[in-house]
Amino acid sequence: MALKHIDEYRDAALSRPLIDKINRISRTPARLMEVCGTHTVSIFRSGIRSMLPDTVSLLSGPGCPVCVTDQKEIDAFIALARLDDVIVTTFGDLMRVPGTLSSLQKEKADGGDIRIVYSTTDAVEIARKNPEKQVVFLGVGFETTAPTIAASISTARRLGLDNYSVYSAHKLVPPALDALMANPQAQIAGFILPGHVSVVIGLDAYRPFFETHRIPCVVAGFEPVDLLQALAMLVEQIEGGAPALANAYGRAVTAEGNPIARKLLDEIFEPADVAWRGIGVIPQSGLKIREAFSDMDAEKIFDIQLPESRDPKGCACGEVLTGTKTPPECPLYKTICTPIDPVGPCMVSTEGTCAAYYKYYDDR
Amino acid sequence: MCLAIPSKIVKIETGMGTIDVDGVQRTCSLLLLDNPQVGDWVIVHAGFALHKIDETAAMETLRLLKEAAAFAEGPPPDEPPHETD
Ligand code: SF4
Repeated sequence: MALKHIDEYRDAALSRPLIDKINRISRTPARLMEVCGTHTVSIFRSGIRSMLPDTVSLLSGPGCPVCVTDQKEIDAFIALARLDDVIVTTFGDLMRVPGTLSSLQKEKADGGDIRIVYSTTDAVEIARKNPEKQVVFLGVGFETTAPTIAASISTARRLGLDNYSVYSAHKLVPPALDALMANPQAQIAGFILPGHVSVVIGLDAYRPFFETHRIPCVVAGFEPVDLLQALAMLVEQIEGGAPALANAYGRAVTAEGNPIARKLLDEIFEPADVAWRGIGVIPQSGLKIREAFSDMDAEKIFDIQLPESRDPKGCACGEVLTGTKTPPECPLYKTICTPIDPVGPCMVSTEGTCAAYYKYYDDR
Repeated sequence: MCLAIPSKIVKIETGMGTIDVDGVQRTCSLLLLDNPQVGDWVIVHAGFALHKIDETAAMETLRLLKEAAAFAEGPPPDEPPHETD
């Protein structure tokens, strides 16, 4: 595989010994999956893939939050944006994701009041300043983002706002790991666990998964040297036949995570069976708003009509997200589907695997 | 997109902090942090400080980021977190 910018990378003094170590000790062919969109981008950008021996292949998993959002949820977001007297607030990366009939970007162009915010604090502020409108935040993301959305619900309650609500489409990482293991085709030999999800949930949150599957698991930070460190640990575990749940991001991740964030998550949300794009329903893998906060649950308070939801025709995002296909194996990749005119969310989001391949993978 | 760069709290006012991200000042919520203090180094995600790191670890991270920036192309490490994981 040819990747750009490799020569610069080879010079990195810190990384060199790790690259050498991986190349020296790796014997067994191993498919290792990262389940964090930021890791995907960092791995591509730094050219790590081409530094590795042929025995080690890297797969990108379902770590891009927008990419795993089910088509029905995208359609619900669009339906909310079409309601009168509703301001939809969202992070920017959802805007271009194609729903069955439209996208948030198209709705905005057609006059929908859709506002991109940097943080849920801004969304609550918009609700405070617009008491005559209903303000809905589109809650998409994993355990890192969910506490910031829980905090907005708790703040809106404290301020006595009756016009702020959240559509919760949050997803949880550990149940997704279980689902990935259930698919024998993916043949995953080890996981690079996400950095900032782990800051919130802590290393111990993966313990039940690890005890069930006994597969090498290492939490990684985001710099190339962090990722190489995690990869070296995974290869060591594989070659030594001693799988472990380990932490290569000790400066940020503890055993118990962030107790305030975890408590707030538990206060506002409860786990629920939810659908992931291309994977289907995974038991207890989502977060829905608890009954006590149902007056701020957009799913309950708005009566929206959904079209018959359809995934984009011919899009292989599902297989890409589970590691059973690479983007170049999708017939639409680079032909019909490009970042300018994306067919599926994996090409829309900057963290999507298809977008990362498009930008960094040189397959000429 | 996770923002890996550590930020330093330079001011605290009613639950909101002003943070310094490698020379650029931003505000962030401190609601998810236990006993935040001016001078603390924090990891920030989507406008909320998520974790305190000690100064040595923060310096180490900044050093890694500078090294990474020296050989990786693309946006600088202090781009705002526009993604949602
Ligand atoms: S290349 Fe486009 S159509 Fe193919 S899987 Fe990726 S996003 Fe879907």
